[in-house]
Amino acid sequence: MNLSRPARITLRIAAALGFAVIYVPLFLVLVNSLNPDRSSGWPPPGLTFEWWADAWHSSGARDALWTSVKAGLGATAIALVLGTLIAFACQRYRFFGRDAISFVVVLPIALPGIVTGVALNTAFRTVLEPLGVGLGLFTVIVGHATFCIVVVFNNVIARLRRMPGSYEEAAMDLGAHSFRTYLDITFPLVRSALVAGGLLAFALSFDEIVVTTFTAGPGIQTLPVWIFSNMARPQQAPVVNVVAAVLVLLSVIPIYLAQRLSSDTASGSRI
Amino acid sequence: MEGMAIRLQSLRKSFGRTEAVAGVDLEIADGEFFSMLGPSGSGKTTVLRMIAGFEAPTAGTIELAGTDVTRRAPFERDVHTVFQDYALFPHMTLEQNVAYSLKVRKVPKAERLARAREALASVRLEGFGGRRPSQLSGGQRQRVALARALVGRPKVLLLDEPLGALDLKLREQMQVELKAIQREIGITFVFVTHDQEEALTMSDRIAVFNQGRVEQVGTPAQIYERPATPFVAGFVGTSNLLSGDAAEQVVGDRATYSIRPEKIHVLKESAAAEPEHASATGTVAEVVYLGDATRFLVDLDAGGRLTALQQNLETSSEDVAALRGSRVSLQWHRRHNFQVPEASRPSVQDAPGKHVSK
Repeated sequence: MNLSRPARITLRIAAALGFAVIYVPLFLVLVNSLNPDRSSGWPPPGLTFEWWADAWHSSGARDALWTSVKAGLGATAIALVLGTLIAFACQRYRFFGRDAISFVVVLPIALPGIVTGVALNTAFRTVLEPLGVGLGLFTVIVGHATFCIVVVFNNVIARLRRMPGSYEEAAMDLGAHSFRTYLDITFPLVRSALVAGGLLAFALSFDEIVVTTFTAGPGIQTLPVWIFSNMARPQQAPVVNVVAAVLVLLSVIPIYLAQRLSSDTASGSRI
Repeated sequence: MEGMAIRLQSLRKSFGRTEAVAGVDLEIADGEFFSMLGPSGSGKTTVLRMIAGFEAPTAGTIELAGTDVTRRAPFERDVHTVFQDYALFPHMTLEQNVAYSLKVRKVPKAERLARAREALASVRLEGFGGRRPSQLSGGQRQRVALARALVGRPKVLLLDEPLGALDLKLREQMQVELKAIQREIGITFVFVTHDQEEALTMSDRIAVFNQGRVEQVGTPAQIYERPATPFVAGFVGTSNLLSGDAAEQVVGDRATYSIRPEKIHVLKESAAAEPEHASATGTVAEVVYLGDATRFLVDLDAGGRLTALQQNLETSSEDVAALRGSRVSLQWHRRHNFQVPEASRPSVQDAPGKHVSK
């Protein structure tokens, strides 16, 4: 399509503005993590790695990072197993309520985090506490899994929809029994969708804050929660910048890989 | 039963309330090239998928070489399938694709590679073994699918419209090749197609399917020249039926007759009828120039319309176009008007699923 010159220029400016609004603040965080001025004065008087060293030695930040990794891995593992199973069920079998189930599976990603958080908090307190299981890392993992399942489900079902059922029929026709067919044909063909879904799920969990706040027990602090609670302290501001920069870098990698792995990624609205 | 590769008895398949296959009995002999011909939705592909084991019949039995396999899984049946979309595994090389059935059967690696290469060579794809299916043209994929299905030497090969996706030239070439391969290795081929010409050229025998039933089983010549039902007469070749008053006036009997268009001569109105010939006068309603031949649609004075096909031996397009609207006499030898049995089963005209109540 050919656009007129003014239209072209307007659209380019709009695009540039849009990207600037998203990425300039992120860039500032990175610069300020190297800014020797404790109150992030502008322009930076020089470069320093002092805050990076501080952050490295801050036990609070390190504990929080470790908690985030554990929560992310746990939620991703649950999401991979359940999301894949639901995707296979909804794509390969016809049963009563199939459409309803695929709607209900996708819904959590659209629900406001605060609603999910409050609901889970109440549920955990009523159901788990009498059983002696309090809020803690486990409840954070379950909370994250509710929306991590969606990205795995979406990725796998998109792949299955594009994959004709005749591949599996052909394998069985050539003598492979059901499990062999899954190992030789189905799994290799959905593998990259699984990896992409898993990476996205991990990235979603890694920067989640709202649901985490409501489901984490005392003493459980993920990295985003740690950042949020330390932002207000002027003393900690430079270290927060460093942690934020690390978080940005850590989120970019899985998303980049996931994009490369699946051109048909039906990623969720939270990314 | 000896010599029978496949035997289907009262085979039925319903999907919900639709009855896709409404009672099919067939016997297919060892080494036969057997075609299942019919329009889409006639149940021929469903029958093929039941023989392969992808669909379980609602009722009836399937025997392969005398053994009842009705309840067996696809991997427990000695048949291989060539799929309509070929279904080549995209993450494997051609060699791995072709060798897959051997690998599953734990044939030693060296032997299965040798046999895969040999199979690829037999479909003229030597040296292609390391490629992926996505790097091939449609015709090449088709040949790989054939090699993959044949490498394990199954007793029966099922082919589900395997030539449907190819262009006309390639299709005609593959028809000849398929037939040659089948003759050479001598295994039973069950070939599903909706293309009557394909079925007529390749098959030893044909089963014509309509609305989940078999209308007729016979050699191509029997199907073409002696159609058993009005449906077969209409589906195979051009529908050319005379019935009722018109049949009584022209042929002399009140029945339904089928006359193939190429048997009818288009003559001047005044031409006298030759001995042993039936003749009918009429007006040329339409003239269709086909290049090598011309098709005349003639409205008979006795009622009804017949199609006649004439080779363009000496005539040109201008000559034949001038005949539109003119008066002609159609003549054919009486041995060419074949009486079509009236629909013996009322259910033929019924909607699928309704016949149960009758």
